Amino acid sequence: MELIVSDVAVARGGIPVLEGVNLSVSSGTALVLRGPNGIGKTTLLRTLAGLQPPLQGTVTLPPEGIAYAAHADGLKATLTVTENLHFWASVNGQGGVEEAITRMNLADLRDRRAANLSAGQKRRLGLARLLVSGRAIWLLDEPTVSLDAASVALFAGVVREHLARGGAAVMATHIDLGIPEAEVLDLSAFRANSHIPAGHGFDEAFA
Amino acid sequence: MIALLVRDLRLAIRAGGGFGLGLAFFLLVAVLVPLGVGPEGGLLAKIAPGILWVGALLACLLSLDRIFALDFEDGSLDLLATAPIPLEGVVAIKALAHWLVTGLPLTLVAPLLGVLLNLPLTGHGWLVLSLFLGTPALSVIGAFGAALTVGLKRGGLLLSLLVLPLYVPTLIFGAEVVKRGAAGLSVEAPLLLMSAITLGSAAALPFAAAAALRINLR
Repeated sequence: MELIVSDVAVARGGIPVLEGVNLSVSSGTALVLRGPNGIGKTTLLRTLAGLQPPLQGTVTLPPEGIAYAAHADGLKATLTVTENLHFWASVNGQGGVEEAITRMNLADLRDRRAANLSAGQKRRLGLARLLVSGRAIWLLDEPTVSLDAASVALFAGVVREHLARGGAAVMATHIDLGIPEAEVLDLSAFRANSHIPAGHGFDEAFA
Repeated sequence: MIALLVRDLRLAIRAGGGFGLGLAFFLLVAVLVPLGVGPEGGLLAKIAPGILWVGALLACLLSLDRIFALDFEDGSLDLLATAPIPLEGVVAIKALAHWLVTGLPLTLVAPLLGVLLNLPLTGHGWLVLSLFLGTPALSVIGAFGAALTVGLKRGGLLLSLLVLPLYVPTLIFGAEVVKRGAAGLSVEAPLLLMSAITLGSAAALPFAAAAALRINLR
């Protein structure tokens, strides 16, 4: 189980932001992506998730291997915590909802509608979704936004446990998560300066 | 995929889910038209098939932009695209859910509203049958339009403009079935053509819509 990125260039809004990115993540390892705002961390993660094609280069990953956690948590405001999690668990054909609720400290909130959760509680619920995804490689985009210190520590524990079970994680984050074994990759080195033509036919129509 | 259907139906009937919006609109049309046109029974009976079909079509149109826009805004669509369900399946399920909360209720209340519009009794059966066979096409075509416009803020107007011409054949054949049925003529030709449109769009459009979604998610 390995995620290999070779010589990848990515574009946001038709403008190349990163090029020549090489990285690999294997079982039990975590990679932290750093770099200033706008460098292309989110774009790279979306490319790894398969939501957008790379401008050039290849991304190799195991089939059905990734779980993506974006800025938005994908929660439905009118569903309760348990209903939200049950939905994602059954979409992924997994169980373990109760365990995920306990793990992310959501037990007291289980019957509350997502609309009535605080920002940090929503985030915890969004991250609990990773636990019911059954996927090996977690792609995390600023996972700790709006989490308090205790929740960050809780989440770091969850990630380390995932790594210990043979999982892997790629995270874009600005703060120190408290996962000392994680490698750090500064994306500033891959800033695109050449002009790769972003010739993707009809892209302009959808920009 | 069943989970997705259950979730969409549950969301639709919870507060603010938009269930009943199309139904209320359909009801308003059927109540207001006789008031506007006047109490002349013969004229009403003549225009009833057309009015009922136009009403059903516009009621469907009303809730189309919700099919994907809400999931796009809260990030669920990104997650569904990376989930182990094919995006084509997501589109088909969402179109089905849309039909279950708009097209099917419209079909069921239509005979009642037919009475308000003085539709001849012989036409009621054909009205229900034509709506039952025709409204799925409205939901599937609508899902395709919604997929095309999903990234746009306030894409509703563009969506209506895109989808309306595609709705025209269904409208013509659907109203024709009711008209002919009410007059006691053979309905075979329009009924078959309308069913063909429904089957054809249900078979092909989920693929087109999924392709449009992939581009819009980039």
